[in-house]
Amino acid sequence: MERAGIATALLCNLVSIAERVGAPRIVATRGIPYPTGDPSLGPAQERAWRRKLVERALEAVATPVSSPTIFEVNGGKDNA
Amino acid sequence: MTKVVHYINQFFAGIGGEDAAGSSPVRVEGAVGPGRRLQQLLGDELEIVATVHCGDDYASGSSDAIEEILALIRQDDPDLLIAGPSFTSGRYGLACARVAAAATQDGITSLAAMHEENPGVDEAGGAPVVRSGVAAREMGPSLETLAAAAAIVASGEPLTNEQGRLGRPRRQVVRADRSAAARAVDLALARLGGDLEATEVPLPRFEQVTPAAPVDDVGQAVVALVTEGALVPEGNPGRLESARATRWLRYSLDGVEILAPDQYGSVHGGFSTVWANEDPHRIVPLDIARELEAEGAIGRLHGEYLVTAGNGTSVANARRFGIEWAADLRRSEVRAAILTST
Repeated sequence: MERAGIATALLCNLVSIAERVGAPRIVATRGIPYPTGDPSLGPAQERAWRRKLVERALEAVATPVSSPTIFEVNGGKDNA
Repeated sequence: MTKVVHYINQFFAGIGGEDAAGSSPVRVEGAVGPGRRLQQLLGDELEIVATVHCGDDYASGSSDAIEEILALIRQDDPDLLIAGPSFTSGRYGLACARVAAAATQDGITSLAAMHEENPGVDEAGGAPVVRSGVAAREMGPSLETLAAAAAIVASGEPLTNEQGRLGRPRRQVVRADRSAAARAVDLALARLGGDLEATEVPLPRFEQVTPAAPVDDVGQAVVALVTEGALVPEGNPGRLESARATRWLRYSLDGVEILAPDQYGSVHGGFSTVWANEDPHRIVPLDIARELEAEGAIGRLHGEYLVTAGNGTSVANARRFGIEWAADLRRSEVRAAILTST
């Protein structure tokens, strides 16, 4: 999609794989089965976490990159 | 007698499917599941003294998990660690590769088995990876290849690509039969003859992707939501496959403000969909996207979302989906996409 000109924020947990396949804009998430959630949080906090992720994704697609770049969300990365 | 510890996932250990993917590592005596057939093929020289199993989410989700698994493997002081076969299962393959890499680092001879398109192939560090089939229906021949490779690795011999090894063999100091100059001329001639693959030093398989230009003003842009998390309307009207998808689907978001749990669910076969089905926004963040659209942070949300199931999908199909998605989105003047991946 990026090759075809669509700036694409990839929200995923397995960041090392995303880097290896060359995804230019990567937003690190918390778990494989819930890229835009975190069931360990209460409903309001989970929604706030999702909002942070989507806001970061919008920042990512507005940022010039030349190679796979990880866009962390504050307090977001507790996984390898 | 060569002491072997076998690493497998929760599914092949008989603990459970995706409902048990979060299970923590456990050591059990002797061979379990596919390890029983593997033991028969290994014969009398190599004995599976213990099996360590772990849930795929747990093993692939944190670096601490690999240390925990390694601690259990070390209890038997094995001569050889065998991990898998993990076929095209991404999380299982990663776990096998990382366990084999960590054990190798720790001085334990190790071997992992998986399909050549498994993302784990490049994560095995110094441990060799041997070819397996695509899915568990190819368990028989996969175990035969693995057992033969295990005997070679256990004997201290290098495993070759001809013996099923995937990726680059570890470099060794050997005496070439011809000088570097002569070999270089041979390769140059091969290249001139049209052979673009011939090389003595295969390059790593990093994909080179030229990134798209950034969006100038997201507040003016059309943004699309796309996912490989297999989130579909209730009843899966488009019959999306849960694994090894050959196609993708589109569903309208016109007038849709939220994805209600009784109207959308995931049919992905590669992870537990319990959390996605409780709240579909954990896969497709429509609620927040609508909120940001109303606030003006997103110009406009595209009128449909695109979906496939990224589960053992062939690289060729995945590439085709990406090309088709991009073409489709460009026709609708979409400038950016938010792609969720499980």
